[in-house]
Amino acid sequence: MLLLALDTATPAVTVALHDGDEVIAESRQVDARRHGELLLPAVDRVLGEAGRTLDAVTGIVVGVGPGPYTGLRVGIVTAATFGAALSVPVHGLCSLDGIAYAAGRAGLEGEFVVATDARRKEVYWARYADARTRVTEPAVDRPADLTEPLAGLTAIGAGAVLYPDAFTDVRADMPEHQYAGALASLAAERLRTGGEFLPDTPLYLRRPDAKVPANYKVVTPQ
Amino acid sequence: MALRADEPLVLGIETSCDETGVGIVRGHTLLADAVASSVDEHARFGGVVPEVASRAHLEAMVPTIERALKEAGVRARDLDGVAVTAGPGLAGALLVGVAAAKAYAYALGKPLYGVNHLASHICVDQLEHGALPEPTMALLVSGGHSALLLAPDITSDVRPLGSTIDDAAGEAFDKVARVLHLGFPGGPVIDRYAREGDPAAIRFPRGLTGSRDPVYDFSFSGLKTAVARWIEARRAAGEEVPVADVAASFQEAVVDVLTRKAVRACADNGVDHLMIGGGVAANTRLRALAARRCEDAGITLRVPRPKLCTDNGAMVAALGAEMMARGRTASSWGLSADSSLPVTETHVPAPQGSHGSHGLHTHDHVHELSKKNLYDS
Ligand SMILES: [Zn+2]
Repeated sequence: MLLLALDTATPAVTVALHDGDEVIAESRQVDARRHGELLLPAVDRVLGEAGRTLDAVTGIVVGVGPGPYTGLRVGIVTAATFGAALSVPVHGLCSLDGIAYAAGRAGLEGEFVVATDARRKEVYWARYADARTRVTEPAVDRPADLTEPLAGLTAIGAGAVLYPDAFTDVRADMPEHQYAGALASLAAERLRTGGEFLPDTPLYLRRPDAKVPANYKVVTPQ
Repeated sequence: MALRADEPLVLGIETSCDETGVGIVRGHTLLADAVASSVDEHARFGGVVPEVASRAHLEAMVPTIERALKEAGVRARDLDGVAVTAGPGLAGALLVGVAAAKAYAYALGKPLYGVNHLASHICVDQLEHGALPEPTMALLVSGGHSALLLAPDITSDVRPLGSTIDDAAGEAFDKVARVLHLGFPGGPVIDRYAREGDPAAIRFPRGLTGSRDPVYDFSFSGLKTAVARWIEARRAAGEEVPVADVAASFQEAVVDVLTRKAVRACADNGVDHLMIGGGVAANTRLRALAARRCEDAGITLRVPRPKLCTDNGAMVAALGAEMMARGRTASSWGLSADSSLPVTETHVPAPQGSHGSHGLHTHDHVHELSKKNLYDS
């Protein structure tokens, strides 16, 4: 087994290679504005570091969000196109599950909530019984609306760090953004145990802004 | 036409607006032109909604690539290169195509060419009428662009002579269609009504045609307003609006200015060919008037079939193939989508010393609606 995992649902542009036993190379750059530029060079670097080529990969793992759409689509279309070009399966995972799994490996125990920044003063979030077990569907909400339902629960992720008043036990020492290595390890575990994956389509959670720009696509030669 | 195996076999991806286009060409020969359009999803909004377009591109990307390969009867591994529209266009939409093209080229171990959308609109005519004359004069008219371009070398030297200072020609069609309650997009339906109408019924203004106006620039905003005012005055007076005559007279004002300026540009620059591309090139009156005026002026007119005039992947593949045939530098794996890529940048070569894979280009992606950074939503 050789899994290539990538995730662009958080400010981290992250890629990892997993051989079925362990992560053999990983790249992680935190830059919320250059997912499109950074992802392919990162894939190339990770493969180079591991001394492998893309055609040795047996499956693609991709975080399908939730996350800001523009960046999220870069990772998903890259994964889908790799899958088609290489004729290998593409395994989708909820990106929040990767952060939860990474927190588990960093020693977090018990119940907790993962929240990431959804912009527009909202967070993407889901609740976990433990690092491997998500107990709610991922959702997008204003942090203030979560204060009561999640009261007393440990909270991790950039969304929790950003809104400390809305969450109770915010663990800033835990992963804020995604690690593709964690996502890859989680996928390897699920493949071994016959666990389920999501299709490689984005978890948008919001309807598109249905507004036409006043001057859509005006292209003026310079 | 005989296929020459030494001509580059290139797959092109286009996602700058609402069409997901994947085309395959060998040199100047069209092998496949697969297009998935999200136009119906935008119709109820009266224009292209960027987020709706981006979502549709992602959904359509892999199926459209596979459809193009099947249509062309070629295997992915036989491709010599992958080309993609790097800009200009809707930022989020471009990004989907650029990411897909990079992944495809990388997985196949083939070079990647990020090319200019406008130069692609010109280059597509090579698939229809053979090698472009050098220089070529091009009039590009669509919902997004209205430009007169002089192209001494389509792979490296495209010069803007003039462009619209306000609305694109196709946008004016959309807006007039909206005032007439004819729906979106406006181009085809106005064309249809105009055939039943009198183009001389109403004398609408011809923008920027005064003796002191810029010779090659266009303006369609004043025309659009004049048409709207004329219609509203009729409605206010309780009179019926003669839709066919309004459509014909409006359309005549647009194509009169476009063809007059294009023919003038050819004459001024000593160019004996005119190429017309972009979605509005499908307009039957534009084709007819351009044909007559070019003939009168001794200019050879080249207009590709309508399906190659609207946005498609074949045009991108055509320019990519020309880039390969002329040995132009491939793009790096760090290629950016650039929503305002200048027309003078015919393609986006890898920065020197980047060995085609690590060069990074930094600039902000700005959202069309909020003007905030694109990645903020
Ligand atoms: Zn176009």
